[in-house]
Amino acid sequence: MKKNIVRVEPIGKSTNRRRFLKLGGLGVVGAGLLVACSDDDNGMGMMPDPDPEPDPDPDPDKIFDLGEGDLGVLNYAYALEQLEADFYTKVVNSFYGNISDEERQVLTDLYYHEVNHRDFFKAAITAAVDGNTDLVLPTLEFDYGNLDFGNREQVLTTASVLEDTGVAAYNGAGRLIADPNYLLIAGKIVSVEARHASAIRTLLNPGSADFAGDDYVTASNGLSAALDPSAILAAVGDTGFITTKFTANNLP
Amino acid sequence: MNIIKFLDGFTNESLLNKKASRRDMFGSLGSMGKKAALAAIPFGMAAMPKRTFAQESGNDPVSALQLALTLEYLEDEFYDLALQSGVLPSGRPETVYMQISKHEQAHVDFLISGLEGAGVTPVEKPTFDFTAGGAFDPFNEYGVGQETAYAQLLALAQAFEDTGVRAYKGQAGNLLGSDFLTAALQIHAVEAMHASEVRRLRGLKGWITNNERGDGMPEATQAVYNGEENVTQGGVDVTTLGSDAAFSMEASTEAYDEPLSGDDAVAIASLFIVE
Repeated sequence: MKKNIVRVEPIGKSTNRRRFLKLGGLGVVGAGLLVACSDDDNGMGMMPDPDPEPDPDPDPDKIFDLGEGDLGVLNYAYALEQLEADFYTKVVNSFYGNISDEERQVLTDLYYHEVNHRDFFKAAITAAVDGNTDLVLPTLEFDYGNLDFGNREQVLTTASVLEDTGVAAYNGAGRLIADPNYLLIAGKIVSVEARHASAIRTLLNPGSADFAGDDYVTASNGLSAALDPSAILAAVGDTGFITTKFTANNLP
Repeated sequence: MNIIKFLDGFTNESLLNKKASRRDMFGSLGSMGKKAALAAIPFGMAAMPKRTFAQESGNDPVSALQLALTLEYLEDEFYDLALQSGVLPSGRPETVYMQISKHEQAHVDFLISGLEGAGVTPVEKPTFDFTAGGAFDPFNEYGVGQETAYAQLLALAQAFEDTGVRAYKGQAGNLLGSDFLTAALQIHAVEAMHASEVRRLRGLKGWITNNERGDGMPEATQAVYNGEENVTQGGVDVTTLGSDAAFSMEASTEAYDEPLSGDDAVAIASLFIVE
């Protein structure tokens, strides 16, 4: 995946434990080993080829591209929701020790919401492409490396990064959507992600202004982050959480 | 532009035009006991727009931004007065209100400069009445007592933030293709971060279950939550996607925030606008 554009990384433990979506490095967009299928898209956004040529030699290793236009954005959102849903599934299946009732409730709700979002996107995209599953992002696989799900700080910090990233992703994707119905759905979901982000931030630093902290909301204009898919996917790629390769060669 | 004129334009047939101007309406309420009458009027019912929201003046990006500015004026002044009132306990409540206040002020400034940059005269700041004609006393100006005032301060903040989230969302379609869409989304998410924190400060979940306004919220605020019980997203009833708790009514309504029409947002805000 595209690397070194944005890194999402917890920054140490400053006194208020702020976490940053740290912008750093320069992007070399589109370079790298996954560029080979850049033209292997589906044509016109949400208009799948009505009579697609059957692939004469289906390649099981073919790398999926999210597509372009609204379909690309929907698949992109589906990828992010798959990650969140998978993460919280692991969280709720082995809660860290001595978890408080409040934290258990919040994390369980987030699990429900993200699973709901994930399955919604699968259904919505499948319907939008008339059941042509070649155009629907496959079920992704995940690997959290040495992330310790028994460690409260690691779980909540990762949750916080995922929620913050989700908000920035939807904020940045809105302008890429052509169909107002899809824009509305993105709006319905992004505010829930923002509610999550706020709650997790407060769990990490109770009583603080971090729920909409200066690390995330620009103080001078009161705007939260908005990032393009390339930046988001580079950051997500850097976590190594998603092990299934896919490309976003038709999204900015 | 005068705020009432703008609101008139926004809702066209509106709250306020024809023979029943806003002033007249409040006048007649006054004659029958303004305080009692307004106390009984739910949010959003002060003026019931009967029409559907589809007219020439309200569906364009400028109208969307003017509505946003109106709501930001309201929030900005509310938090300023709250911080000055002496009602807020120090510690978390004050910290939270200060952070939100900073953002609302920034949103006002941002929207004004955005409108001016586009060659549009921003709506003027209305005169607000956060007692809604005497129904509330959130700043303890009339002696309701610190404890009750604080409860109202939190309840109004929750209502304003949840309204803001819904109102911005309702305008997204009007900003489609506009340079302002991304910025509006960036503000929208901040309102949702505020809403979550205020709700949690009140002991609620940060997200809205069904159309529940939540414990301790005055019945008058129900208009802020009506419609949140929707479970059909893009033609899909999300409760049918699975059988476990992730697809319950509760989770399925919490997972999606619903939009508010311009009319409904104006009607809610109007309860606190004198002129």
